[in-house]
Amino acid sequence: MIRKTPMLTILLALALAASGCRPTPAPAPSPMPAEAEFSGKIIEAGSTTVQPLAEKLAEAFMARHPKVEIIVQGGGSSVGVKSAGEGTVDVGAASREVKDSEKEKYPDLVVHTIAYDGVAIVVHPEVPIDGLTMEQVRDIFAGKIANWKEVGGPDKPIVVVSREEGSGTRACFEELVMGKDGPLITEKAILQPSNGAVRTTVATTPYSIGYLSFGFLDPSIKGLVLDGVKPTVENVVAGKYPVVRPLNLLTKGKPTGVVKAWLDFILCEEGQKIVVEEGYIAVR
Amino acid sequence: MQARRLKERIILYLLAFCALAALVTLLLIALFTLKEGLPAFREIGLGKLLLGKVWRPQREQFGLVPMILGSIYVTIGALLLGVPPALGCAVFLAEVAPAGVRAAIRPAVELLAGIPSVVYGLFGMAVLVPLVRRIPVPGNTGYGLLSASIVLAVMILPTIASIAEDAIRAVPREYKEGALALGATHWQAIRGVILPAARSGILAAIILGMGRALGETMAMIMVIGNSIMIPRPLNANPLTLVLSQARTLTGNIAVEIAYATGLHESALFATGVVLFVLIVIVNNLTRLLMRRRK
Repeated sequence: MIRKTPMLTILLALALAASGCRPTPAPAPSPMPAEAEFSGKIIEAGSTTVQPLAEKLAEAFMARHPKVEIIVQGGGSSVGVKSAGEGTVDVGAASREVKDSEKEKYPDLVVHTIAYDGVAIVVHPEVPIDGLTMEQVRDIFAGKIANWKEVGGPDKPIVVVSREEGSGTRACFEELVMGKDGPLITEKAILQPSNGAVRTTVATTPYSIGYLSFGFLDPSIKGLVLDGVKPTVENVVAGKYPVVRPLNLLTKGKPTGVVKAWLDFILCEEGQKIVVEEGYIAVR
Repeated sequence: MQARRLKERIILYLLAFCALAALVTLLLIALFTLKEGLPAFREIGLGKLLLGKVWRPQREQFGLVPMILGSIYVTIGALLLGVPPALGCAVFLAEVAPAGVRAAIRPAVELLAGIPSVVYGLFGMAVLVPLVRRIPVPGNTGYGLLSASIVLAVMILPTIASIAEDAIRAVPREYKEGALALGATHWQAIRGVILPAARSGILAAIILGMGRALGETMAMIMVIGNSIMIPRPLNANPLTLVLSQARTLTGNIAVEIAYATGLHESALFATGVVLFVLIVIVNNLTRLLMRRRK
């Protein structure tokens, strides 16, 4: 007990200091367009790919405007479009383009692209292949190529890992790799319900291949060179990497008040810096 | 006098309300699931839903056969693997174990029932899947029916063991004493007299375990692969069916609901209705067996 007390005191002091920090407005001169005092509550919901980024962007904005409360929820891209269109949330999030059918249903949706995200093709780190062509990737995911030896690898069956139907990452992969009227992803594919789960599965399953958001690339898996282009942010910015999708925030009608202030903040220099820090690609 | 009666009344109503709450909740859930699933039944049709072999929501194909089979196979697998040890455990606890040993094992079995399913899933993903993957069959990924059945077998073991133990204990002492008096050994008495006498209770235990296996979701998603294919053997040997990936009805809902809209969403609720009906059937079977026991 006695040994614990100083620890507790330090923690308490830290907590106090941290909470004391919050209300202080950022001292540095800010590139924000309007530095007025905002207050209010914003509810954001939708894409789970956008969620961690939106949380960071909300935190930074709330630190600057302590009277603003931003609640970030998940739900998936389709939920983001639906709830923004129906006006049940202030801001919806979608890690894909808004479909034509959705635009028809919710004509007042305004799309704000806050970042771009690449989708990388990844393999188990021990797969002795560093790159594939777009066509080879398509044939592998369609189940036409089922053995690594057909693309210059060892004589081992390929384990295909994919996302579930409806995922924004899958939609992007299907559109840009499989092609709009191209083949379907093989029914044998192991399906995992999140980027993180795909990464774990590919990292632990020998001879597996999958795809995931750039934000989830790490040394536990190997990102493949696609058509001779490495999956890096630089290559996306240079327009070389082909599998890229927008991360969108959606509002019903033109944003006003505190919602507009938050979106402006996201699109300004500081917000875009956070976008880059999180491994995504800035829109500017 | 009046005040006392009033108090009595209020308490009785309160109790009735509590009992009704369960019923109302059940009705609300059933109605809600049905209502949300209705567009799917209307637009896709019951026949296509129940007999369709292809699940491709983006092509408007909503066949549930792969998931129905997935759920059935994995449940059968879990029963095959889980029932024998569960019954062994029940017989041991009820008949063989000295009080001290029983006092140690029973809580452990009960604790097994309390482990959250996501922890079973993690264990399955980290330990079982790599082990199953070592079976040298081309195309074996480790994810599939076998891993899922093993995880489920462990999960239903405590349910079956503890209810079967109660059933065995409920067999009148005289039966056993009679058997022993006739010269039967302990094992002969267990096999020939006690187990047959406890049969309906044991069956009820197994069916309850079956219900649990059908409803399990999280652990299944983590180890079964969730492929939309109809489970099938990997090569000419039909036994390799157990290495096939699959998807359960519960997994179908959990994996896709986050992103589903429109007819797709409704089809997932329809999946829920199918599951609901399956579980109602299983539960009624249990009740029927329990009643016959009395």
